[in-house]
Amino acid sequence: MSTFFTSRLFFISVALVIIAATLPLYVSGYVLGLLTVAFYFGVFAMAWDLLFGFAGEVNFGPTFLIGVGAYTAGILNSQFGWSVYLCIVLGALASVIAGLVLALPALRVRGPYFGLTTLVAVLMLQNFIVVFADLTGGEIGLTIPDVITISAGANYWIALGFMTISAAILYGLSQSPIGLVLQASGQDPVQAGALGFNIVKHKLAAFIVSAFFSGLSGALLVFYFGTASVGTVVDVAVGVNVIVSAVLGGRRTVLGAALGAIFLIVAGEFLRPTGELATFIVSAVALLVVLFFPGGFLGAALSREARS
Amino acid sequence: MRAFQILIDGFAISALYALGATGFTLIFGVSGVLNLSHGAIMVAAAVAAWAAASILNVGTYAGALIGVAVALLTAFATYFAVVKPIQDSRRIPNEEKEIFVLTGTLLWGIMIQELIAYFFTNNAKTVLPIVEGVVEILGVRTPRNEIFTAIVCCFVIALLWLLVNRTRTGKAVLAASMNPRGVTLLGLELTNIYVVVWAIYGILAGIAGVLLGMFLGVSSYSVGPLTASAFSIVVLGGLGSVSGSLIAAFVVGYLETLTAYLVSPAYRTIPALLLLVFVMYIRPQGLLGRR
Repeated sequence: MSTFFTSRLFFISVALVIIAATLPLYVSGYVLGLLTVAFYFGVFAMAWDLLFGFAGEVNFGPTFLIGVGAYTAGILNSQFGWSVYLCIVLGALASVIAGLVLALPALRVRGPYFGLTTLVAVLMLQNFIVVFADLTGGEIGLTIPDVITISAGANYWIALGFMTISAAILYGLSQSPIGLVLQASGQDPVQAGALGFNIVKHKLAAFIVSAFFSGLSGALLVFYFGTASVGTVVDVAVGVNVIVSAVLGGRRTVLGAALGAIFLIVAGEFLRPTGELATFIVSAVALLVVLFFPGGFLGAALSREARS
Repeated sequence: MRAFQILIDGFAISALYALGATGFTLIFGVSGVLNLSHGAIMVAAAVAAWAAASILNVGTYAGALIGVAVALLTAFATYFAVVKPIQDSRRIPNEEKEIFVLTGTLLWGIMIQELIAYFFTNNAKTVLPIVEGVVEILGVRTPRNEIFTAIVCCFVIALLWLLVNRTRTGKAVLAASMNPRGVTLLGLELTNIYVVVWAIYGILAGIAGVLLGMFLGVSSYSVGPLTASAFSIVVLGGLGSVSGSLIAAFVVGYLETLTAYLVSPAYRTIPALLLLVFVMYIRPQGLLGRR
């Protein structure tokens, strides 16, 4: 841990955050809006990486946690008119409860079976949102009366600050003894248990932390957009993007996941002139990275540094 | 009257699900690969059949054959361009190959889906049915095409059973699913067996895709739901167990049809998902799965 503060990675991260913080001074609101979404996505991807990269849980349903947080916050605000901040906190708490629900099967089933359970969780959530359309706005989406602020710069700083703090906490956690135990229990639960670590407790903790950040980020995103819809926070395709971000950036690096998410969203925007082929190109690039640089962006960079 | 209708419609849907899921489970059983581009391959087959019959005017039979051929080629491309490089890669640790195959095939599926949407738009396409008209069975007006679908599905599944259990190649496939190392020790090339399995898979997915295109119609939006339904049927039946998948396909097919007729079409998929979660809790290995 102490070596981290003197490592090149630390200085590069600090420099990047400082550069990013000054962006609102000289770029357009359009770029800021794009990056704001990318930063919230970065938190989704980092939270996912904690579960998959460290706890070894193949979670196909990151949007279950994100969606529960986002919709809880949105519904509380639109139905009862509670203050934005209270709704965000309650959304994150609801997401933690969802994380516990998701953790229950994880303690029993592994690998593809758990993956499927999480996928089913997303499909169920999607179905319920459509069925209870009176409350949730159904397929059209939920309109939310309040927003945090309408200033593009302020929204951008909130997102950047939130991502930086989340990254610090998640990265710190992953490098701490808890992260090591998680990694051990992900790779060989029996042996880790035999060494005297309480696997159930650690895995539950990983789910709670991952859910907390996913839900918080989802709730913030909803109050940034001013609307919550299946297409933006629940759909399986959104979850796929989160997973692809984490794998692209480098799994088991936490910080890489955020890089991957920013790359994915910015690249998608750059390719917009290509029209419908944009998604095709992004997927093709992601597939090439998966095939030829399985460590992802940060994984490849780190292993080069370690070698030299 | 309504009971007969549910019985007949449910049978056709279930048979189609069964055909779609059999290939998927076969690949998992033999090579441990969960192919998340499954839905994309099925849609590719249906769209190819539609394009051949409606744009090139080659006729319904030739169109269907072209559809199956496209699925076969796509399945081979999936294996050689995505799955095999990941399996042979030295840079990916063995215990992580599963998630890489999942991610890789998922991305591949999205690429196919986007290409279809780009060249043939997102609109739903209905493949011209091979047999037309309606007949009355037990007082239920049933399209002949529905009967044709059910018959073809059952026939192909029976053929697959014969192939796996009665031919030399099939027995090698069966052996590879039980013990890959044992098969290699007997002097059989494992890669050849995998190629055979992917070929069988491609043909099955192609037939299922074309039939689905005739029966319900497909669009590039069907890719995700198709993969998800095959995945859930296969897990419900037990990963790698072909007979388990067949039973699960009928359970899911009838459950969906019952809900659609008796409750509301909007709730169609919910009971099946609930059942799936329930089975995962009490019997994680599925109905007929081995641990």
